[in-house]
Order: sequence, then structure tokens, then C-alpha cells
Amino acid sequence: MANKVEVIGVSKYFMRNGKEIVAMQDTSLFIEEGRFVSIIGPSGCGKSTLFNIIAGLMPPSTGKVMADGQNIVGKTGYVGYMLQKDMLLPWRTILDNIILGMEIRGVPKKEATARALPLMEKYGLKGFENHYPKELSGGMRQRAALLRTILYDRDIILLDEPFGALDAQTRLMMQNWLLQIWEDFRKTVLFVTHDIDEAIYLSDDIYVFSARPGRIKAKITVPMARPRTQSDMTSPEFTELKQRLLDLLSEEVRIAEASERIS
Amino acid sequence: MASSLTNEAVASPVGIEAAEREESLVRKERPVIQDPEALERSHRRNVMWWRIAVGMLLIVGWEVFTTIGWMDSYYWSSPSMILQTAWVQALKGNLLGDILYTSGSTILGFVLGTLGGAILGLTFWWSRKYAEVCEPYLVILNAMPKLALAPVLVILFGIGFTSKVALAIAMTVIVGAISAYSGVKSVDADMEKLMYSLGAKRWQVFTKVVIPWSMPWIISSLRINIALALAGAIVGEFIASREGIGRMILYAGTILDINLVWVGVVVLSILSMIMYGGVVLLERKLMKEFNK
Repeated sequence: MANKVEVIGVSKYFMRNGKEIVAMQDTSLFIEEGRFVSIIGPSGCGKSTLFNIIAGLMPPSTGKVMADGQNIVGKTGYVGYMLQKDMLLPWRTILDNIILGMEIRGVPKKEATARALPLMEKYGLKGFENHYPKELSGGMRQRAALLRTILYDRDIILLDEPFGALDAQTRLMMQNWLLQIWEDFRKTVLFVTHDIDEAIYLSDDIYVFSARPGRIKAKITVPMARPRTQSDMTSPEFTELKQRLLDLLSEEVRIAEASERIS
Repeated sequence: MASSLTNEAVASPVGIEAAEREESLVRKERPVIQDPEALERSHRRNVMWWRIAVGMLLIVGWEVFTTIGWMDSYYWSSPSMILQTAWVQALKGNLLGDILYTSGSTILGFVLGTLGGAILGLTFWWSRKYAEVCEPYLVILNAMPKLALAPVLVILFGIGFTSKVALAIAMTVIVGAISAYSGVKSVDADMEKLMYSLGAKRWQVFTKVVIPWSMPWIISSLRINIALALAGAIVGEFIASREGIGRMILYAGTILDINLVWVGVVVLSILSMIMYGGVVLLERKLMKEFNK
């Protein structure tokens, strides 16, 4: 299969307080079409920087980003991007929020609504069309935010810790919900998380990032078959993989802490 | 209850009596329902009656003290005299026309000044450099007493309606601009980021995020601005005018008609209260729209 997304030799350097900071160094990712790929690493390892670069919101210091064989450095609107905060506009109804991406692209409102309504019904937002974001729970708001991203209709979707602010139970429900959506749409997904369980449960591949300067320390393919169910989370292969990731990560967290103490 | 009876019956007949006695004791007591809303309602009613009573007391006291001579009615006039003078002025003078003139220039100046100021403040979103170059001048203009400009504006725009509107605009425009600029500065950067990631152009971010986001700040300037606009219009009439409540007060003062001065003061108070009430209503409506 051809690579859908290629991040080739990307680095990012910042100046802060007159000192040069390496946020990311020589990072390369090759992601096949339709894969669900997670990125985990200690905080401050440049995961968000990577996403900003792929989304075209920030230029890299070196390297390039290819999508469908085309250089997309500095080009916005090529990927769907969802942040931890739901970023729903508070003065718009849920429906009007969900069609925002289409509205920006100039899709007529009627057509956009006609496309959004069946999806809202299918993915558990029926009856909330005319509610305002404030009236919804955190989980429901994230659903709306994700549907907005899906309806923006890009093949590639970046999810930056979308469930980080949810409680454990809602989170599990949302993970299953996300898997259902992903299986229906088969988009290529890049998913940043701190949660090892979440990464294993959802992903085909997991990239482990090292502490600052961020670079890829390991790429692990999750061998579990799909569709996955919650019982997979207690299977021996799951536990084994979790142990491996824990070892890799705790080493990085130690390094990150040590470097913080020095500086 | 049926099940509890049979259970007790199995245990002992004495147990039944004890249970019934207990039940009847419990039943006798009426539940006390805590109703904070009813308490709040009665509190509000109470406060309203007290307010009315205080108002009446002040007016009656004013009337009585001026009648028995504890207050000099030459300076303080009296409610009955004010009412009488107002009646005469309404019939023989041009009280209604003056009220329309003053409220007209106030409202027009308020709308133009607030709107113009808000638009100016919103433009600061487009360029940080432009905004920060302008910022100190905005602060200076805000600190400057605009009323001191009144003679210049009257010379510029003549003694007619225009100069009053111009003064009301001068009073309100900077407040409007500063409020809108505060709103613009507080726009969530992540919200803008999301819009750009959805492929939005700058003007789309401006119309879909920046303007609605800043609305609560703009709305909060309305209350201050209506009072400022009225002050501007009246000072404009003080400087030079053929009409308006301000001119009426100035004229009454020069001919030592203190009663008529008081009529002007009372009319202006009522006018200002009505306009303030209108703005509060408008504010509520707008806030419902933009501050979900």
C-alpha cells in the first residue's frame, strides 16, 4: 500500500530566553492509507508541534510533509484537526457547529445540513441539533467536535488528545465510539495520547517519542485483530504490549525529568 | 404496607400496635418544605415597597420643608411648583419639542458613536502592529475630557442639531473602541487555529469568530455610553443652541427662573432613566443572542 502521509526529516528549533530549544529532531513517519496511528511520549516531546506542522499551521525548521505524494508544508485545510478542547463556538447550535467546516468551504447550508443530520443521528447526537454547546456534557461536546472534523471530509485526521479531559468511563465509551466511526469511514488517523491503554486499544501502529528533543524512539505494530472489543484490553498480548510500552516510556520520563532538573 | 403488616403479624401482635403507634406519630408531623424561591419573592416584594416608600418620603419631605420654610423655596423650588411650571411650559412653551430635540441628538450620537467605536475597535484584530501603534493614542483620547472640545465642535458644526450629535459621538466613540478592542484581544488563539485548520480565510475568521466573540464586550459599553451621550448633547446645548432641555435650563438660569431650572433637571433625570432602561433591555436581548 502506498503511504498516505510521509513526514520526512522534520525538525523544529525555537529560540526561548535567548537559548535555542530543539522541540523536534529529524523525525520521519511513514503512514499507510487507512491506518490508525498513535503517538505517545512524555509531555513536551513535541507531539503538538508535529501536529501543527502537519496541519500547515507552523513551518518546520527542516524537512517536509507529504500527503498523497504532494508537499503540504504551510498548507492549511489539507487535514482535519481536532484539539483536546472541543472548540465549539458557544453562540452556534450543535448543528451549526458541526457544519462549520463545510460552511467555510462554501457548501450551501441546506446541503451541509442534509449531510450532517443522518450522521448526527447515527453517532448519538440526535435531538441535540438545536442545543448550544454549554448545554451538553463533555463527552457529547467531543462527539460534536469529532463529527465536525469528519464532515470536513479530509482523508487524514489529526486528533490531539481528544479524550484527555474526560473521566475514565466516558473516555472508554468515546473510544468505542471512535472505533465505530473509524471503521465506517476508514480515514487515516493520527492520534496523540498520554494513555497507553488507549493507544493500544485503538491503534494499528504506535510511535513512541523520546524526551526533548523529540524524536522517534520506537515504532510498534499492534498485532490484535479488528474489530476490537473491551475484552481485548485484558488479553495477554495486550498486557505484554503494555509492559513493553511502559518500559520504553518510563525511561523517557526519567530522562525528561533529569534534563528539567539540570536546566 | 400490606407486606409490613403480615411480617409484623408473624412476629407478635404487640409488635403491630407498636408499629402503628409509631406510624401515627410520624404521620402527625407536617413536613416543612424549604422554599427558597418563595422567600426570594417575598424579599423582592418587600424591597420594592421600601423603595417606593423612601421615594414618597423624599418628595413629601421636600414639599413640606419648603412649605414651612425649613428649606428656601426660592432655591429649592418644590415638587408642586415644579409640576405646575412643567405644565405651563408644556402648554405655552416648547417642553415636548425640547425633549424630542435632546433625546434625538443623544440617541443618534449614541448609536453612531458606539457603532463607529466598535467598528474601529474590531479593525484592530487585522494587524497587531496597527493596533499597537494606535493603542497609546486611544488611551490619550480616552483620558482627554472631550467636553472641553465643545466650543470647537460648535464652531465646526454650527449651533444646530449636528453639533450636539457630534459631541455625543465624541463622548462615546472611544469607549466603544476600547471595549471592542478588549474583546478582540481576548479571542481564543486555539479557536482561530481551529478555523485556519478548517481552511478558513482571515475574513472568515473575522466574521465567524472575532465579531461574535467580541460582542459581549461591545454590549457592555452600551450602558456607559448612553449616559455619556446625554452629557455630550446637553453640554452642546449649553454652549449654543436654539432648542433642547439644556438650552431651556441655561435660559431659565439667566432669567433667574429657578422653577424652570428644576423642571429641566427633573425632565433630564426621567429622560436618562428611560434611555438607560431601554439600553438595559437591548443589552439583555443582545446578550441572549451572543453570550450563550
